Amino acid sequence: MSERNEGISRRSFVQTLGMGAAAGALQGHAEARLTGQDEGGTGIVGPGPRPITLRINGNDVRLTIEPATTLLDTLRVHAGMTGSKEICDRGSCGGCSVLVNGALTASCMMLACDAEGAEITTVEGLGTEEALDPVQEAFIRHDALQCGYCTPGLVVAARALLDATPRPSLDEIKQGLSGNICRCGTYTNIFNAVLEASGQAPVTDAEVNRG
Amino acid sequence: MNADAGTIAMPDTIDEALDAMAANPDLIPVAGATDLFVHWPEHLEAHERSYLDLSHLHELRGITFTEETITLGAGTSYWDVIRDPRFRDELPILVNAARTVGAVQIQTRGTWAGNIANASPAADGVPALMACDATVHLASAARGETTVPLADFYLGYKQMRREPDELITRITLPRRAYDFQYFEKVGARNAQTIAKVGVSMTHAAESGWRIAAASVAPVTLRCRNLEAQLDDEGRPASPDDFESALQADGVAPIDDIRSTAAYRSKVIACIIWHALA
Ligand SMILES: Cc1cc2nc3c(=O)[nH]c(=O)nc-3n(C[C@H](O)[C@H](O)[C@H](O)COP(=O)(O)OP(=O)(O)OC[C@H]3O[C@@H](n4cnc5c(N)ncnc54)[C@H](O)[C@@H]3O)c2cc1C
Ligand code: FES
Ligand code: FES
Repeated sequence: MSERNEGISRRSFVQTLGMGAAAGALQGHAEARLTGQDEGGTGIVGPGPRPITLRINGNDVRLTIEPATTLLDTLRVHAGMTGSKEICDRGSCGGCSVLVNGALTASCMMLACDAEGAEITTVEGLGTEEALDPVQEAFIRHDALQCGYCTPGLVVAARALLDATPRPSLDEIKQGLSGNICRCGTYTNIFNAVLEASGQAPVTDAEVNRG
Repeated sequence: MNADAGTIAMPDTIDEALDAMAANPDLIPVAGATDLFVHWPEHLEAHERSYLDLSHLHELRGITFTEETITLGAGTSYWDVIRDPRFRDELPILVNAARTVGAVQIQTRGTWAGNIANASPAADGVPALMACDATVHLASAARGETTVPLADFYLGYKQMRREPDELITRITLPRRAYDFQYFEKVGARNAQTIAKVGVSMTHAAESGWRIAAASVAPVTLRCRNLEAQLDDEGRPASPDDFESALQADGVAPIDDIRSTAAYRSKVIACIIWHALA
């Protein structure tokens, strides 16, 4: 087991790699699979770091990761993109939401190597500081945050909702955002931001709480 | 510790996957990973077993409708069903069930086959499929394909008719003109919640009633005694026997973190009663 990085956590391992530590012995096929030169047969990967290419916000990003690493840790720790938040790390808060081929996905519940070949959109890819996504603008205008920790995930979830349903009803907004928890409880403002971003009139707390 | 611990096998075809399972029946199949990642070890050395990643298998994807049968490849996610207008029109029970699983982020990745193989008695996909007379198709390198009706798939808590070298390859449903479809889940909230009690029901002239109950026994239950009690209008032959029929079906809930036995017994009977009224 000693050659298997005993005692090193996913994250500290990653940091070691980031500092340029040599990769362990590579299994040829496995590496081919993760670098897109697969010649067939069952590739077996890990433990041990492997090169991987992810398409993130339109750019090909080459990284070296442990195959058992989640997409979220890969984004935050390896790619240095900390927009996606790690809050629960078990699929229940939505803080890590990204789009994978347009589908809203909890990046903490997906292996990075399963996202190879897919278009990954993170919150960093939604707008620029000069040209915000309309959802981001509406979040600012409606003060749809308090601590802001849930915000990146909610912005991504709202974008996914509006891409599929350009004028969602309040119920559709609640359903589309129901995987995103805001501990500060800013839901009414969040819903109003999404209503505004889709060209609709705001609602009151009472309407939000009605059903 | 297993020498392969922490490895991930990535087959490109079902045959490769089945060969890998035959060579090492301890491999843990990974589909959407929405159950597995809840307990995914944070530390590399804590990965005590090795994995078989099914998510690249195109052969497991796809939904087909023929005149008599609907087939869901084992890679079919909840989202695939939610977005397919054929289900909205013909089997809204599956769309309704899919929409209650976690939230969108879970629905896009989680699979119906993973729900079946996870074998939780509180699952939402399983009772809905059971009420549609689903058949589970399993395959192994050694024995080829076998099928098991979902209603007979579970033997006890987390025990199922799946051999260690077998994978679920698809789920099939007979195509029927249902005149009644019903899915209900009682949870602490509307999203990201596991059922305290769940009920799925269908009726078609050709098949009669199908009633499946979740979270009231060690396995998802098909309620055959109760089904037999009902006439085509859903009226029980003798209303006094309603609860005893459920008991005969094996409804025997427990107290746990989500609810109590007393609540579940009462609510399961009430839900079915009101659905039929
Ligand atoms: C936040 C959250 C909320 C959830 N909410 C719900 C809910 O409301 N209702 C509900 O029912 N579930 C819920 N779940 C559980 C989970 O999403 C479902 O059970 C889902 O269907 C699992 O599918 P999967 O593809 O992700 O399975 P995986 O996690 O990949 O696998 C689950 C099990 O099935 C096995 N398996 C998978 N595919 C196959 C195959 N083809 N052949 C043999 N074995 C296989 C795996 O080895 C594993 O044991 C939730 C999970 C999370 C994280
Ligand atoms: S961190 Fe991924 S859902 Fe909470
Ligand atoms: S603003 Fe604090 S969690 Fe939502």
